[in-house]
Amino acid sequence: MSLTITDLAIARGGIPVLRGLSFSLAAGEALILRGPNGIGKTTLLRTIAGLQPPLAGEISADRELIAYAAHADGIKATLSVEENLRFWAAIYGTGDITPALEGFDLTKLTDRPAGGLSAGQKRRLGLARLMVTGRPIWVLDEPTVSLDVASVALFAQAVQRHLAGGGMALIATHIDLGLDAQVLDVTPFKARAPLRGEDDFDEAFL
Amino acid sequence: MIALLIRDLKLALRAGGGFGLGLAFFLIVTVLVPFAVGPETGLLARIAPGILWLGALLACLLSLDRIFALDWEDGTLDLMATAPLPMEAIVTLKALAHWLTTGLPLVLAAPLFGLLMSLPGEGYLWLVLSLAIGTPALSVLGTFGAALTVGLKRGGLLLSLLVLPLYVPTLIFGAEVARRGAQGLAVEAPLLLLAGITCGSIALLPFASAAVLRVNLR
Repeated sequence: MSLTITDLAIARGGIPVLRGLSFSLAAGEALILRGPNGIGKTTLLRTIAGLQPPLAGEISADRELIAYAAHADGIKATLSVEENLRFWAAIYGTGDITPALEGFDLTKLTDRPAGGLSAGQKRRLGLARLMVTGRPIWVLDEPTVSLDVASVALFAQAVQRHLAGGGMALIATHIDLGLDAQVLDVTPFKARAPLRGEDDFDEAFL
Repeated sequence: MIALLIRDLKLALRAGGGFGLGLAFFLIVTVLVPFAVGPETGLLARIAPGILWLGALLACLLSLDRIFALDWEDGTLDLMATAPLPMEAIVTLKALAHWLTTGLPLVLAAPLFGLLMSLPGEGYLWLVLSLAIGTPALSVLGTFGAALTVGLKRGGLLLSLLVLPLYVPTLIFGAEVARRGAQGLAVEAPLLLLAGITCGSIALLPFASAAVLRVNLR
């Protein structure tokens, strides 16, 4: 099992952002994506997660192997922490949410409505969702936003356990997580702006 | 899949879930119409089936933009699209949850509101039956409209305008069943057409809604 990206080109809103991107991840490996704001990291991750089609190139991994975590955590404010996690566990067909609660130090908050959590606690709940998906490839978009130092360490441990269990992680982040991982700066793959009339996009529809 | 349905029902029933909004709107319409057109029982009895159907339809319309908007805002829709549930199942369950929280209460409350509108005695059975058969179509059509406008801030106006023409056939045949029922005429033809619309939309529209949603999530 591996994740191989070959000569990938992606676009956001019809405008190409990255071109010619290739990398590969084997079981137990992590890759950190870096690059300035607006370079297309989120678009790249959304494309790999299967939310949008690439312009060109290939993504080898099956969508069914990928667990995606976006900027928004997908937390329902009126459900409790436990109900939120149980929902995702049921959707992914996995049963036990205890390791996820313990892994992100949420055990004391299980009965609290998620709307009453702090931003960092919400993020931890959002990341705990990854552990209940039971999927091997984690695709994470800025996972450490609003986490304090201790929570970042918890998160790094969770990723390390996941990698040790044969999982993979693709993480776009600006901070150093202290993981033993390859780093890929996507800046050199920036696509040049298309010339007028050069593309065959349906621009009338965008 | 059941988990998604249960979650949606739970969310609808908890604070800010909007359960009862449609019902309250239906109540307001049926309470106010007699004040507006006057207390003449004969007139009220004649327009009752149409007004009740119109009230139910508008009550349904009122809660449509909540179907996907909340899940889109907090990112759940993106995460759900990458989950093992097929998109067609997601939109079908969303429509079902909408019907259970909006359509079904309207069906159950309709006899009471019929009383407020002096609906003739023979009409109650047909009113309830026509609403029970017709409101699922309203939910499924509305889900399609909501999928089309997901991601638009304050997309409610566009949603209403898009869904309005789609609702017309359901309204025509639904109100016709109730009217004919109230007057003691044969109801088979409009009833069958109404059932046909409902079955057709339930069979076809989830595919359209799912396709539209996939495009909108890009």
